[in-house]
Amino acid sequence: MARVLVNVPKQVAKGVPFDVKVLISHPMESGQRRGVDGQVIPRKIINRFVCTLDGEEVVSLDLFPAIAANPFLAFSVTAEASGTLSMTWVDDDGAVQTQLAQVTVV
Amino acid sequence: MMRLALLGVVLLAGAAAPRSGYQDASPAIRSMQDDDAANPGFLWVQQGEAMWQDAGVASGRSCASCHGAATAMRGVAARYPEFDPAAGHPVTLEQRINNCRTARQGEAAWKVESDELLAITAFVGEQSRGLTVAVDTSGPASPFAEKGKALFTTRMGQLNLSCAQCHAERAGEHLAGALIPQGQPNGYPLYRLEWQSLGSLFRRIRSCLTGVRATPFEPNSADLVDLEFYLASRANGLAVETPAVRP
Repeated sequence: MARVLVNVPKQVAKGVPFDVKVLISHPMESGQRRGVDGQVIPRKIINRFVCTLDGEEVVSLDLFPAIAANPFLAFSVTAEASGTLSMTWVDDDGAVQTQLAQVTVV
Repeated sequence: MMRLALLGVVLLAGAAAPRSGYQDASPAIRSMQDDDAANPGFLWVQQGEAMWQDAGVASGRSCASCHGAATAMRGVAARYPEFDPAAGHPVTLEQRINNCRTARQGEAAWKVESDELLAITAFVGEQSRGLTVAVDTSGPASPFAEKGKALFTTRMGQLNLSCAQCHAERAGEHLAGALIPQGQPNGYPLYRLEWQSLGSLFRRIRSCLTGVRATPFEPNSADLVDLEFYLASRANGLAVETPAVRP
């Protein structure tokens, strides 16, 4: 399980966009580098990131090898009602990790 | 009289005036450091916070069992490396933590530059964020600080350069395209974009020494600790920035 920092405002206003920031601990190994033994270090990156709000997709990304380690993702979301943000990302090795965050509309 | 006093202040500031690398960093890097949600160092701080509470060791003792809330650590990082009267020499924060780990928790010491040691050091350091660095080099500690200063001004390696030639005499000038910082250690462990990771002062000094083609100091060696001790005392007056972000 990678370490993750998710930042969502404690309370958001109905219909007003707010920022979601996600910082994921990940090596994002590009597959271009060689190790001390001269062998190519196999590619290992997060290649897909999807965020849904109560099942409705709000953002989805395809990530590529040029993205640095520990990717920081920030995007805006508009909520009409309180709900759960579900962030899911897929690793090259098939591992899937999901992180949840509560959105409270006032 | 007023003008004389002002002049005095300016002269004093010009003589030593420690300057944090933060002040010379680009606005993008500064905003990254300022926003806890964007600062990758907090990935390690978060891990360290969990480790502080975790009693998952054989002795059943967590950091919190003895020290209580982590807020009790506020101010600690600001005065390290600190002279340890029992040991008779200065110890770094990492050494102090590893000392706790072996003596109190009965566990094997963490390796230098391991994620665990970086995480707990960053977490303890973060408690002192914003406080002023105040390393005490008086009394019995002074020979060690003097030795550190001697190392700082000693030419080393095939390039035959001392730390001071760049980081004191030419601080603020440029080495190729890069600005030469004063080399103030007020934000360690810090996240370097070049490393794409958190790193300790040991790693930073190792990079510098490899750069001048000298043999790097062994981790935890007396020379390295003395140098770190002197460097920290040189930063007295700056704010602790742990975990800082640097290019």
